[in-house]
Amino acid sequence: MKKSLALLLVVVMMMSLFVACTQKTPEPVATPEPTTPAPVETPKKTFGMVTDTGGLGDKSFNDSAWAGLEKAGTEFGVKPVVLQSTKQEDYEPNLGNMSQQADLTVGVGFLFENAMKAVSAQYPDKSFGVVDTAVDAPNVMSVLFKEHEGSFLVGVIAGLTTKSNVVGFVGGMELPTIQKFEAGFRAGVLSVKPDAKILINYTGVFDNPDKGKEVALAQYANKADVIYHASGACGIGVIQAADDKDFWAIGVDQDQSAISTKNKVLASMIKRVDTATYTMVKSLQDGTFKGQVVTLGLKEEGVGYSDGGNNVPAEVKTTVEKYQKAIIDGTIVVPGTIDELKAFKPTTL
Amino acid sequence: MENRTSEFKIRMQKNTKAIAYPLIAILLSFIVGGIIVAAFGNDPINAYKAMFKGSLGSWSNFGETLVSVTPLILTGLAVAFAFRCGLFNIGAEGQFIIGAISSVWAGWAFTGLPAIIHIPIVLLVGAFAGGIWGGIVGWLKAKFGSHEVINSIMMNYIAMYLSNFIVMNLMNEPDKAFSFAIADTAKLYRFAESITIFKGSRVHIGIVIALIVAVFAYYLLNKTVRGYEVRAVGFNPHAAEYGGINVPHNVVFAMFVSGMFAGLAGAIMVTGVQFRANNLFGFTGYGFDGIAVALVGNNHPIGVILSAFLFGVLQKGGPMMQLQGVPKEVVGIIQGIIILFVAVNFVKVLIENYTEKKNSKKSIAKGEVK
Repeated sequence: MKKSLALLLVVVMMMSLFVACTQKTPEPVATPEPTTPAPVETPKKTFGMVTDTGGLGDKSFNDSAWAGLEKAGTEFGVKPVVLQSTKQEDYEPNLGNMSQQADLTVGVGFLFENAMKAVSAQYPDKSFGVVDTAVDAPNVMSVLFKEHEGSFLVGVIAGLTTKSNVVGFVGGMELPTIQKFEAGFRAGVLSVKPDAKILINYTGVFDNPDKGKEVALAQYANKADVIYHASGACGIGVIQAADDKDFWAIGVDQDQSAISTKNKVLASMIKRVDTATYTMVKSLQDGTFKGQVVTLGLKEEGVGYSDGGNNVPAEVKTTVEKYQKAIIDGTIVVPGTIDELKAFKPTTL
Repeated sequence: MENRTSEFKIRMQKNTKAIAYPLIAILLSFIVGGIIVAAFGNDPINAYKAMFKGSLGSWSNFGETLVSVTPLILTGLAVAFAFRCGLFNIGAEGQFIIGAISSVWAGWAFTGLPAIIHIPIVLLVGAFAGGIWGGIVGWLKAKFGSHEVINSIMMNYIAMYLSNFIVMNLMNEPDKAFSFAIADTAKLYRFAESITIFKGSRVHIGIVIALIVAVFAYYLLNKTVRGYEVRAVGFNPHAAEYGGINVPHNVVFAMFVSGMFAGLAGAIMVTGVQFRANNLFGFTGYGFDGIAVALVGNNHPIGVILSAFLFGVLQKGGPMMQLQGVPKEVVGIIQGIIILFVAVNFVKVLIENYTEKKNSKKSIAKGEVK
């Protein structure tokens, strides 16, 4: 009897713990916007981001977006927060949770499209930013990139570097957003090596380095000696394969030369997601934030290439520069879809 | 009369224990988890506060918790039901996926129906498709004696890639990584539509359906001849067969019902939350979580409801710990610890060992022979 009494006491104690936790809630729930009414000094707006299922540490897209927020964080003296999603169904509540406590919520990736539409309508007085998809709402700033232009440049580099005359492309999911990379890359390769063979494979996922490695090794076995990837975290596997078998990998989204232990990243196609997220925060702090769709290409320095491993020879760089100029002044229009690629006529400069 | 009251007392005691032990385990796991959070340099009190605030702190957060509890109850029931028949249904994941994709089709294909007819059709199509998917595994076991674990794992992969193929090719929303949406008449009622306190959460009538299904599962298992047969096969198939029970028949039946529960979970996720099917990067995890939910809930329908709730709180509250600066990985560790503590059931063993020792000492002192 004594024993069951003791048990009961423990249960009551536990319950009070739960109750204590739940009862305190009204007070913090009511405080998400304490920043607005502060007098004289302009209050710093808070901001945070929600990652897709790839999460931080993908050495790619999410990390790049986070870098932009951290930069803005140091500049404006606000610590950014991050919420990493584990399931696609969580995008919506995660965006909602974030916007309850932050003034600006950034969602990274085109998979956020539907969730962003729903949540931005639910919190009309909050600001939202989304990268890689266009959401038409008065409180959402959408940033798109002309990845095909950046991919074109690394395609030129790949075409000038290959010795076997075979290059590879490893994509994530076969979607128009990724086919943009493929089209630009192929156009770039064909511009400098019209007879080159280009192997195309899609892993079907973005978050599985093993699959990336598997596909890259298969392409290597088919004589590819330069492989460009646009496959999120799968690319880590592509670069590992390059280390193992001693061929060149080309990184994507940000400078990925650090992933390779043997300096086998030839170059990286840079997509300045960090510039995008930084711009969102800056315009929010300036008070110039508005709902709009911004497209960043070579001209706007939103895309480009980097050579973190110092592997691109100077003469290759000069050629790349020529193409870059031609794209910026409109002499070359880089194809952004497979259909446009078919109509594309390679011009040698 | 005397007998009945003492029997009642014993049952009450058993029930208190069944609830008290897991609660003590949860409390202890929170303490251990707190130490880990502190070791990673975060404030454990703040972290837990954030977790409970995020999952139970407001009506809308509570609603979102229920959104994740709903499929967990059903996949938990799926695993538990098969388990009672001695079958380990790892395939709830695949049955969930098949249920989801079929209900997207049913939600889109039938148009012009009123919601009151359309919704049951969609849910039944999802449940039935899941049932078939599970039933195949049961049939393979009954007919060829092949092990249901291997088969259901393989069926998971088939389900996922089949679903992805359908999403990307047959029911694709152009240029997107998801299928087209279901008709409005196939969407489940969301509480936020008329109850303002739930505003901002997607909680829907599916939670009520899940609870009803749990009661139905309890009834089916414990109050019907069919349920008795299923349990008999689970206890000892040879004895059951000797007793005149058709074992293969019950194996197929149990896997079919199990698959129906998981398929219904998928259908409810589609009609209540997503309204479409996504191209899956990997398994969604509802089916696999269902295994843990069932085991923690002791394979009892009511236990499944409670443990699904625990899982839901952890799933919804976990991300809020991230907002307090606790890394995602640490959140995962803590969730694992809590579940481990409950699942291991060590509190029961410790307490019962302790009381047994005390009792035996007592009886020795009294000179009784045990």
